[in-house]
Amino acid sequence: MAEEKYETHEYDVIVIGAGGAGLRAAVEASAQGVKTALVCKSLLGKAHTVMAEGGIAAAMGNVYPEDNWKVHFRDTMRGGKLLSNWRMAQIHAQESPDRVLELEEWGALFDRPKDGLILQRDFGGHRYARLAHVGDRTGLEMIRTLQQHAVHKGIDVYMECNLQRLLTDAGKISGAFGYWRESGKFILFKCKAVVLATGGGGKAWKVTSNSWEYTGDGVTMAADVGADLMDMEFMQFHPTGMVWPPSVRGILVTEGVRGDGGTLKNTKGERFMFNYIPEFFKVETAETEKEADAWYEDKKNRRTPDLLPRDEVARAINSEVKAGRGTEHGGVFLDIASRRSADYIQRRLPSMYHQFKELADVDITKEAMEVGPTCHYAMGGVRVDADTTAATVPGLFAAGEVAAGLHGANRLGGNSLSDLLVFGRRAGLYAAEYCKALKGALAVNTDQVNAFAREMLAPFESKGSENPYTIHADLQECMQDLVGIIRVESELKKALEIIQQLKQRTRNVKIEGNRQYNPGWHLALDLHSLLGFSEAATLAAIERKESRGGHTRDDYPNTDAKFAKVNVVVRKKNGEFALSQEPLPEMPDELKALLEEKK
Amino acid sequence: MAEQQVHMRLWRGDAKGGEFRDYRIGVGEGMVVLDVIHAIQAQQANDLAVRWNCKAGKCGSCSAEVNGKPRLMCMTRMNTFKPGETITISPMRAFPIIRDLVTDVSYNFRKAEEIPAFKPKPKEADGTRRMFQEDIDRVQEFHKCIECFLCQNVCHVIRDHDDNKPAFAGPRFFVRLASLEMHPLDSNDRMELIQQKAGLGYCNITKCCTEVCPEHIHITDNAIIPLKERLVDEFYDPVRRLFRVFAGK
Ligand SMILES: Cc1cc2nc3c(=O)[nH]c(=O)nc-3n(C[C@H](O)[C@H](O)[C@H](O)COP(=O)(O)OP(=O)(O)OC[C@H]3O[C@@H](n4cnc5c(N)ncnc54)[C@H](O)[C@@H]3O)c2cc1C
Ligand code: SF4
Ligand code: SF4
Ligand code: FES
Repeated sequence: MAEEKYETHEYDVIVIGAGGAGLRAAVEASAQGVKTALVCKSLLGKAHTVMAEGGIAAAMGNVYPEDNWKVHFRDTMRGGKLLSNWRMAQIHAQESPDRVLELEEWGALFDRPKDGLILQRDFGGHRYARLAHVGDRTGLEMIRTLQQHAVHKGIDVYMECNLQRLLTDAGKISGAFGYWRESGKFILFKCKAVVLATGGGGKAWKVTSNSWEYTGDGVTMAADVGADLMDMEFMQFHPTGMVWPPSVRGILVTEGVRGDGGTLKNTKGERFMFNYIPEFFKVETAETEKEADAWYEDKKNRRTPDLLPRDEVARAINSEVKAGRGTEHGGVFLDIASRRSADYIQRRLPSMYHQFKELADVDITKEAMEVGPTCHYAMGGVRVDADTTAATVPGLFAAGEVAAGLHGANRLGGNSLSDLLVFGRRAGLYAAEYCKALKGALAVNTDQVNAFAREMLAPFESKGSENPYTIHADLQECMQDLVGIIRVESELKKALEIIQQLKQRTRNVKIEGNRQYNPGWHLALDLHSLLGFSEAATLAAIERKESRGGHTRDDYPNTDAKFAKVNVVVRKKNGEFALSQEPLPEMPDELKALLEEKK
Repeated sequence: MAEQQVHMRLWRGDAKGGEFRDYRIGVGEGMVVLDVIHAIQAQQANDLAVRWNCKAGKCGSCSAEVNGKPRLMCMTRMNTFKPGETITISPMRAFPIIRDLVTDVSYNFRKAEEIPAFKPKPKEADGTRRMFQEDIDRVQEFHKCIECFLCQNVCHVIRDHDDNKPAFAGPRFFVRLASLEMHPLDSNDRMELIQQKAGLGYCNITKCCTEVCPEHIHITDNAIIPLKERLVDEFYDPVRRLFRVFAGK
């Protein structure tokens, strides 16, 4: 290839990703006075954050004055099966109320109760009604508010621009390289710091709530420059995805349905969750239907098992279906129709009503929904410093779903949107500080950039005949069947072999057409990160020989005290992933005491 | 329902030109138009350009014209067509074509930048902000907008008149302006912008925008007409005018 002149831009901070985390980071970095660019691979406002439904968790205590950061901290740690980074959980619980109120200062309009403050709703694993929300379209309100606030802050936005590789100089971040989707032309950013806010990798699974964007780009880019990944074995399977018709399988049904009164039933009409209450949550969970229903009226009662943390509910549904008590389409029933008035349902869950009506011909005010688990959220990702969000490579920061730590082995619903705001802001802040303190000039290695460009164009010149869509479908099949909700060593090893074969096949991908807005080519390039994400997740899943949170091993069905003390860390050495187990940071006694309190 | 073959005609091409091409493909139960496009992409035309994200009507990415009607492809069920009917998909007409079904919608992002930001009033004495659901219902309706730009696409002021674009914000941004004007906490004044740069006067209330809005926002009745009424009050009512002078607005 002839030496191509790359379109080149220079900034202090490049924020990759324009969901909640990226937008909040860019706003902050720019407010700190550093030159900031925001890069995203879809149009602005279309990131995953826009799809979030249920709400933002923040212990504002508007509905239950008893709520405060300590209770939120405890819920997050327990939901994460005590594997969450305690410091992140603390910061998150302390700062999220301010971040929510800040959105209101920027124009967001949350739903209101009678006293005029922000209304909060119930979600799984949260002791009190805690989620600030707007019906079931909270993410839309959040991303639009941030987006409209950001456009007036002098941030340069690069839309439909896909960054593929990070550049380093003597071990420090010095830039990023990728392409414009519209023209297919390359683009080179020189910068002092990169904030990764690229989200997760759930598109590696077949039944998923995630969009085409979730190919694990941030995780792979970070690993490629030697950053540590952590907790990659923990994938969250949301218990309630749509299951029928096949074309909508995986699309999310918000937990808000259960928060607002919906219950899970098997085909015998039993509320089966009462049979799946684990020891860990016994004291705080209702044992009878009557007790559970009383909780909806007054939260001083013990909560319904329908709202146990997601990992518990997903496994329970899985077991019911396996035991032959599932629907003909392999799901269970989620019933709100028989429990709440049509009016209430339409007001509280308008987009669920719409979604089922239009896509499944089901009227949720009259009939039960059919639901089953769907791949939803990556708890694992780039390992970061709790206070500053700094990754283990100087100049690299990560926030939002791409980062690991806050959610431990299992994320509570609503804790992601608050995570984006709290750590997005911190990422912007500390990336700006890093830039200001950085001494000396950074260089971009042109040979390396040229090599990346050649790699990225290879599919056009390939002699092979592989179709990138077929490879992607094969990977999804593999991850779904072998690295799914219930795992076992032999299958995980088989998955690793398949991933290696798919890597080989990826070299033979052939692309038709030209570089202009060519989704086949885009997918061919995304296979690199999809496979990287999948490999790291599978390796970590083999390493953790116990069951905990979003990681369930059929061959090690119990938790193991040894593994309660470690995170599994994955990092690349000489181009290959290597694993290690690293001790959790020691929690201060006053926080330990919070965890021990009953209730 | 067994798999059925359907006949799709898709617009293929770029800014320089293009043509409709025919595809035949199997359709399974419950499929939407976007599923069919994806199947064609995976099996027959790897480079077929299309935008999408959520596949559930929440992100507003997959706008196109289905048999000439502006729609979200992810919310258009295949079983709404007659058996044997040829289904034609073309890109939105009001925007320049990039490739296949993907158009250049940057016009909308430029218009968004022209709207002065939300500026909140001072807080209440106790440091909180109290608002009542009745007072925000209307604005929340406007906030449902997913920026699919279908309303922009059908508005005759710009659909076939590129030359009007600099002077006209379009229905999406009338919704946005109305949401700011009716926000109980906002204190910015955008009336002059609405009258001049945003070109509200061009709108003659044909309601085409309201008809296509997938979020069922009452664009004309709830946003445009009240804005027009406010303009009348603001600029032609002498008492209000005097008040403006004194209030320094
Ligand atoms: C249907 C659904 C409902 C949900 N509901 C809730 C809820 O109610 N409450 C809650 O707390 N959480 C919820 N979640 C989870 C939450 O929405 C996500 O975890 C969160 O929005 C992720 O935000 P983010 O900022 O990390 O990334 P995203 O919002 O996903 O943004 C990622 C950004 O990175 C960009 N990007 C990625 N790769 C590249 C690249 N290579 N180059 C350039 N740009 C790139 C993308 O274009 C995008 O702009 C839900 C998730 C889903 C799917
Ligand atoms: S009502 Fe006004 S804004 Fe809407 S389509 Fe007609 S002219 Fe355009
Ligand atoms: S107002 Fe309706 S049609 Fe217009 S962009 Fe918003 S959602 Fe789409
Ligand atoms: S893909 Fe999001 S609206 Fe159609």
